[in-house]
Amino acid sequence: MKNSDVIIQTTTKVVFFIIFLFAIHIFFAGHYTPGGGFVGGLLTASALVLLLLAFDIRTVKKALPFNYTVIIGIGLILALGTASASILFDVPFFTHAYDYFKLPLFGETSLHSAMLFDLGVYLVVVGATMNIILSIGSDD
Amino acid sequence: MISVLLLFAPVIAALFVPFLANRLRGIHTGWFVLAVPVLLFIYYLGFLPQVKDGGVHIGELAWIPSYGITLTSYIDGLSLLFSLLITGIGSLVVLYSIFYLDKEKERLGNFYVYLLMFMTAMLGVVQSDNMIALYGFWELTSISSFLLIGYWYTRDKSRFGALKSMLITVFGGLMMLGGFVLLYIMGGTFSVRELVSMAPELAEHSLFTWALVLLLLGAFTKSAQFPFYIWLPDAMEAPTPVSAYLHSATMVKAGLYLVARFTPIFAASEIWVWLVTSIGVLTLFWGSFFAVKQTDLKGILAFSTVSQLGLIMSLLGAAAAAFHVDGAAETMFKYAGFAAIFHLVNHAAFKGSLFMIAGIVDHETGTRDIRKLGGLMALMPVTFTIALVGSLSMAGLPPFGGFLSKELFLTGMLSLGELDLFAPASWGTVLLVVAWIASVFTFIYSFYFVLRTFTGKHKPDLLPKSAHEAPAGMLVSPAVLGLIVVAIFFVPNFIGDWIVKPAVAAVQPFMYNSPADVDVHVAAWHGHVTPELMMTIGIVIAGLVLYWLLPKWQGLYRAFPEYLTLNKFYDSSMYFAESGMNRLSRSYMDGQIRSYLIYMFSGIVIIVLGSMIAKDAFQVSFEGTAPIGPAEVGLLLVLVASVVTTLVARKRLTAIIALGAAGYVVALLFVTFKAPDLALTQLVIETVSVALYLLAFYHLPKMSRHDEKRKFRVGNALIAAAVGLMMALLAMSSASQKALPSISQYYKDTVYSEAGGGNIVNVILVDYRGFDTLFEIAVLSIAAIGILGLIRLRLTRKGDSGEKQ
Repeated sequence: MKNSDVIIQTTTKVVFFIIFLFAIHIFFAGHYTPGGGFVGGLLTASALVLLLLAFDIRTVKKALPFNYTVIIGIGLILALGTASASILFDVPFFTHAYDYFKLPLFGETSLHSAMLFDLGVYLVVVGATMNIILSIGSDD
Repeated sequence: MISVLLLFAPVIAALFVPFLANRLRGIHTGWFVLAVPVLLFIYYLGFLPQVKDGGVHIGELAWIPSYGITLTSYIDGLSLLFSLLITGIGSLVVLYSIFYLDKEKERLGNFYVYLLMFMTAMLGVVQSDNMIALYGFWELTSISSFLLIGYWYTRDKSRFGALKSMLITVFGGLMMLGGFVLLYIMGGTFSVRELVSMAPELAEHSLFTWALVLLLLGAFTKSAQFPFYIWLPDAMEAPTPVSAYLHSATMVKAGLYLVARFTPIFAASEIWVWLVTSIGVLTLFWGSFFAVKQTDLKGILAFSTVSQLGLIMSLLGAAAAAFHVDGAAETMFKYAGFAAIFHLVNHAAFKGSLFMIAGIVDHETGTRDIRKLGGLMALMPVTFTIALVGSLSMAGLPPFGGFLSKELFLTGMLSLGELDLFAPASWGTVLLVVAWIASVFTFIYSFYFVLRTFTGKHKPDLLPKSAHEAPAGMLVSPAVLGLIVVAIFFVPNFIGDWIVKPAVAAVQPFMYNSPADVDVHVAAWHGHVTPELMMTIGIVIAGLVLYWLLPKWQGLYRAFPEYLTLNKFYDSSMYFAESGMNRLSRSYMDGQIRSYLIYMFSGIVIIVLGSMIAKDAFQVSFEGTAPIGPAEVGLLLVLVASVVTTLVARKRLTAIIALGAAGYVVALLFVTFKAPDLALTQLVIETVSVALYLLAFYHLPKMSRHDEKRKFRVGNALIAAAVGLMMALLAMSSASQKALPSISQYYKDTVYSEAGGGNIVNVILVDYRGFDTLFEIAVLSIAAIGILGLIRLRLTRKGDSGEKQ
């Protein structure tokens, strides 16, 4: 049906990755510069929405076979798990830990458990936004 | 402690009743139940020698020690008298009920469980020294009485009577609780005997009168005093054993018990004396006057009970009056207290037997309507004899106990005539005259009751059953009570010494130190003609004449307009309470969100502005505010323009776009106020929400997609302006007076050293205050799943699941 939208579809194929990479950047940069899980998640969702606009729902579902409700669950478990992991180390709930590591490819890097929490936020935002849009979109 | 546990013996026995009623169907459950009151009666008889000499027995069991609430069994003369009444008449009533209630047709399990529950409650009321425990048992009597009145719950009238008695007695019970609480505030203890010991200090307290009135409300409602007596005639829908037990001999005397028990505390008050006496005499007259109107046997007895309770109440008032007389123990004032207790015993005996007689007549003829009955004397000779004994005792004739108590009553009333305290001296005389007239009516209805039922012409065709004598078992209980009535006449001083005097000593401790001090000797003939005897002769003559002329003047009752009766008043007040409440809630609960929002917003404005005015919190200072740059001014102008556009837009689409514009301006404001994270999020969220608005707009039904302008409503505009003004004032005032410095400096200092981050906003979100974020993402998840559920699961009708069919 949308086969005639060649320009949109072709452009989407390129722009999608740019938006997606920007979203990932925003997500990782969040701890030091503006951004974070929430905005990152929203931007990722908007990249996916662009796919939905250019192609139809069935195609997108085939290409990205995610169940977004499950993603919400994973995000919540990740966030809660990060928060409660501190209990295992005998420190108060929600105490984060961070340190600097020398990683192969990245060199000297700061690794922070807040990042895992933020990843939870990111997944919930993506899952929730996509859930809302898909359920409204597929409704007739 | 054993005596406290024994209070609960009936209720514990009640636990086994359903088992006995269901498994052992061959034997009437009542036979098992009978053992409980009989054993308790024997147990309480054992206290007689101790109490006769003025001794008391105290059993205590801690219930809530931290609040000073204990379960007490305080046995002195008064509570022992009541305990004996409860268990003694309880035994007879259970025996009677065995023959009255059919073991095949009736739900005996229910009946005896309720009855045993009532027995515990009543024993608890009379033996509790602790006011809170007393209140608990008191309400349990209301509840069990409610259950017993509604025993035949398939009848409308039973349910109506049960509800009415419940509403009135529970109202009184709650008032009484208020009185108890006030007494606790005044005296600092829940114990009645400790309060009695500090009575003189309590009388000085400013709450004293309040406690007095509240307590009396409880006593008057329970004891069916004017104007609260109206529940008692309707409670006659209960099975007759219940009427005999609860509504003549025990529960209705709980109010008398309460008045008697608290007399030592409140007797110092003139209000108490005159309130108790006047209400008592009024009830006495009113009940006896209207008893002659009744056509139902139990109706006559109900009004008669009301009247007799009024009599005892007025005597208790006179007993309290003795407190104000110097050397009362030597004058005729000493008789009132004795008369009250003596008549209480008498009344329990003859009224219990009369109710049982009414039940027998009902049981054997199938009707209680006095117009259909008559000429049963030859058919039911034993029943007639017992009825005659009870009625003549009620009328106050020799040789029955009622004669003696009537004489004592007249003495008590004469003593009031001499009392010239607090009120004009003639007031006591008025009470005496009214009491005398009431006694005449008592005489008339006693004769009316017994003669209309048993003499005259037998009308077999009007009766549902052919009348015959009742089975022997049914006659045992009324016969025993009848014998007691006669025995009281012949040995009044035996009962006086053993039972009445210890009780009088408990009611009037300000006069007597021990029961031996109570110097009252009852005699049927005093050796000379007393004024009381003259009055009794007058009562008999006037009563006989009026009874003879009864057909001539009974039409008088029909002249009394129906709409002026207290029942009519009760019914219409219930009706108005219900419909009025309905109308009230319908007047503001109109089901429109718009109205509710108006209530909420105006409420908020009134509360906030009101408290700001009350606290004088308005303050506007521009000290320390940042300078306003051209960018902000420009953005705000755009913001105002888009808000105004949203408000006045003719088309919904315009409003949506204007709203989006406002959102983007806010994002730009975030940029100028250096909040990049907020600006990013606001931009994306605004885009999403505008898209969702458009979606909703697109799906509006064609019919209502009218593009006309919204109607202007002055009220809405005023409230909106008020809310805006309030928020502006609030924001300015709170910004102008900051009590504490902000915590943000701490975040700035530690964001890198403690949290290993650079973006303060994000570090606050995920680290310092990650807890909030955790639940915000939970909110987001719930919203998403909610939308999923709303759209996927379309439950159009109950049990109709989803669209897949």
